[in-house]
Amino acid sequence: MSSLPSAPARVPLWRDVRVLRWAFQLVVLAVVLALLYWLYGNYQANVAKSSIPTNLRFLDNPANFTIPGNDLDQSAPVRDAFYQGFLNTLQVAIVGIVFATILGTLVGIARLSQNFILRTIAAAYVEVIRNIPLLLLLTFMNLAVVLQTFPRIEDAWLPLDLFVISNRGIAIPWFTGSALVLLGIVLVGIVAAWIVTKIRNRISDSTGKPAWAGTYGLLVFVVIMVAGWIATGNTFTLPFVDDRATAGGFRLDPSFFALLVTLVVYTSSHIAEIVRGSIMAVPRGQGEAADALALKPSAKMRLIILPQAFRIAMPALGNQYLNLIKNSSLGATISYFELTQIAQITVGNGSPAVPAFTLTLLVYLGISLITSLIVNYFNRRLALVER
Amino acid sequence: MTWIRRNLFRSVWDGILSIVFGAIAVYVLWTLFEFVFITGRWEIIEVNLLLLLVGRFPEDQLWLVGTSIVALAFWISAASSGSPKSLDSQPSLSARILDSVQRFGLLSALGVLLILLAGGITPLYWGLAIIGGILAGLGLGKTRRSIAARAKIPNLLWHAAIIAVPITFIALTLSLSTLDSWGGFLINFYIAIISIVLSFPLGVLLALGRRSTLPIVRVLATTYIELIRGAPLFVLLLLAGVALEFFVPTELAPGPIFRAVTVFTLFTAAYVAEIVRGGLQSVTQGQTEAGKALGLGTSKITFLITLPQALRNVIPAQIGQFISLFKDTTLAGAALSVLEVLNVGTAITKQDDFLGQGYIYESLAFVGLLFWVGSYVMSRESQRLEKRLGVGQR
Repeated sequence: MSSLPSAPARVPLWRDVRVLRWAFQLVVLAVVLALLYWLYGNYQANVAKSSIPTNLRFLDNPANFTIPGNDLDQSAPVRDAFYQGFLNTLQVAIVGIVFATILGTLVGIARLSQNFILRTIAAAYVEVIRNIPLLLLLTFMNLAVVLQTFPRIEDAWLPLDLFVISNRGIAIPWFTGSALVLLGIVLVGIVAAWIVTKIRNRISDSTGKPAWAGTYGLLVFVVIMVAGWIATGNTFTLPFVDDRATAGGFRLDPSFFALLVTLVVYTSSHIAEIVRGSIMAVPRGQGEAADALALKPSAKMRLIILPQAFRIAMPALGNQYLNLIKNSSLGATISYFELTQIAQITVGNGSPAVPAFTLTLLVYLGISLITSLIVNYFNRRLALVER
Repeated sequence: MTWIRRNLFRSVWDGILSIVFGAIAVYVLWTLFEFVFITGRWEIIEVNLLLLLVGRFPEDQLWLVGTSIVALAFWISAASSGSPKSLDSQPSLSARILDSVQRFGLLSALGVLLILLAGGITPLYWGLAIIGGILAGLGLGKTRRSIAARAKIPNLLWHAAIIAVPITFIALTLSLSTLDSWGGFLINFYIAIISIVLSFPLGVLLALGRRSTLPIVRVLATTYIELIRGAPLFVLLLLAGVALEFFVPTELAPGPIFRAVTVFTLFTAAYVAEIVRGGLQSVTQGQTEAGKALGLGTSKITFLITLPQALRNVIPAQIGQFISLFKDTTLAGAALSVLEVLNVGTAITKQDDFLGQGYIYESLAFVGLLFWVGSYVMSRESQRLEKRLGVGQR
């Protein structure tokens, strides 16, 4: 009776979804390619007009400038200067990340303190710093604090006789001997401490006695550090003023100091907010369970709340670390010889601008990618295993 | 007494903390007070106030800036007073006064400070004009609500007018004086507003592209976003400063402010895209499915169902992005020598009258205050908005 529905007529080409999808994508691709081609064509034409090289051969030219605190001489190739700038960027970024995390965590916890004064100070710190441009803080730190308020070397401040503070930089007590040996001993110490904590935890698990893992680990670390230090015949020195210069210890450049302090202060105010939010995001029952077990407030924070808070905070923290690394490029405005400053100087000295800055951008991109890989790794390690 | 025991001296350790940090707080507050009222030499700000606020803007055209600010105040107050409030609680008069003081006290204090620093009678008139603009806006907002309720005027019309008028004024100012004579705090605000407005549609497109099922579009959008987010803004600005003329025909090579706007727009678009993507992900799958069940096509589902909800969810994050863009406009001074307020602030300490006398404290403190009040007020407002929109509660 009822006739079968006739086979659907062939969908015309201009109404076929599959065709449309690909057509649309090809159009987008074509537009993007055309734009790139236009930019590239302009670049080629403009470069040819003023005969500027477009390749990376400028890296072999002599740099014609020196980097303070480094024995690179003027005839060294630009390549070495870039490498040194890269190291300086890494230096300020790594030290900055460590201190910003510590300070930010402390301030974040302080914001949730039951102590009114502490809580208010922490809140004021965060609200003031977060709402001021980083560049303004950096300019203030450099021009107003380091270059203007710090005394000249003749009447340097000597707090506790441990530090020498002047407008030529900050000198701190430091170890003598090569950095490599220091690094080696520190690594041995860390590995030994790690093994000891593992053993202590295992003993504690099987006997039920308190582990004291952290105390034992720290003890082993200190013993190995001291023993290793004496065994390799090294000591450490205090800085002192010696005829208009500091001697002994380890001297931080004024620009390095200003950049580091600014980055730490600025980033820590952001980290504090992340830590505060993450602590508040830990389920209330966790804290109550800790109270029910009669844990001390410090133990509750250290063993129950913070580990879970950091699991929540990890992705946001990673973002802040990336921001800190990228913000270190502002060091160029106060003549800290990091990557951007090197690129700026070498372009000023006649290196082609586009390749030099492109190279700089690629290096930053590489650092960012590696940082996010590391952060993602820890994120996966910390992530709750859902069953 | 109980308050003191509970909040300051819970235990011995707590008491020590209170005393140490209390002493620090008193010392810092005293130093600040001393600096502001006793040792601070604010004549450098008084002399250079105009330079700090508007740069070398032609003085005979300054009324344009003033009129724009009055118009902005008018439209902002009209827009915010017209929006529906929560119906469940009608706060008391004292609570409302307290609320207004909290919201506008800081801005008004800054306004009074600026008028005092400027001296003379003209700034006072402008201050009164701005207050008049705000009151007129409030009035319009109130009547508008009753008119709109009765005549069912589409809301869109109002929103369009609210956006269009300030932009018209900015365009007017733009056409009447050359952009490169702009400077000071005005240019920070101008760059921030223009860039956020321009980057918004681009960011939305990139976000849609990144979540698209079309592979080529997705790869292109993702590449762009990740490349930009991996690059420091400062280096991009430097690159624009020395290299933009290579990429466009020579006769088109733009001035520094145009370059700054270009970079800020392209840069912010990538971050806006990530914010909008977050918003799109927060819209539940059921919304899309409901759209499909109604037989809507992909573009209709996106623009009528998911995108509006996503955009509402990300308004606070958008304001956060705007604040950070606002603060980042200082980089244009360092990288492109735009005469923005921080650049002016360091430059005026090198004037003959002030050179080498350590005026940098006063100068930077003033610039910092401008930014701090601006950002702080905006972040406060964003928190209020967040509460009112009920983000995370629906």
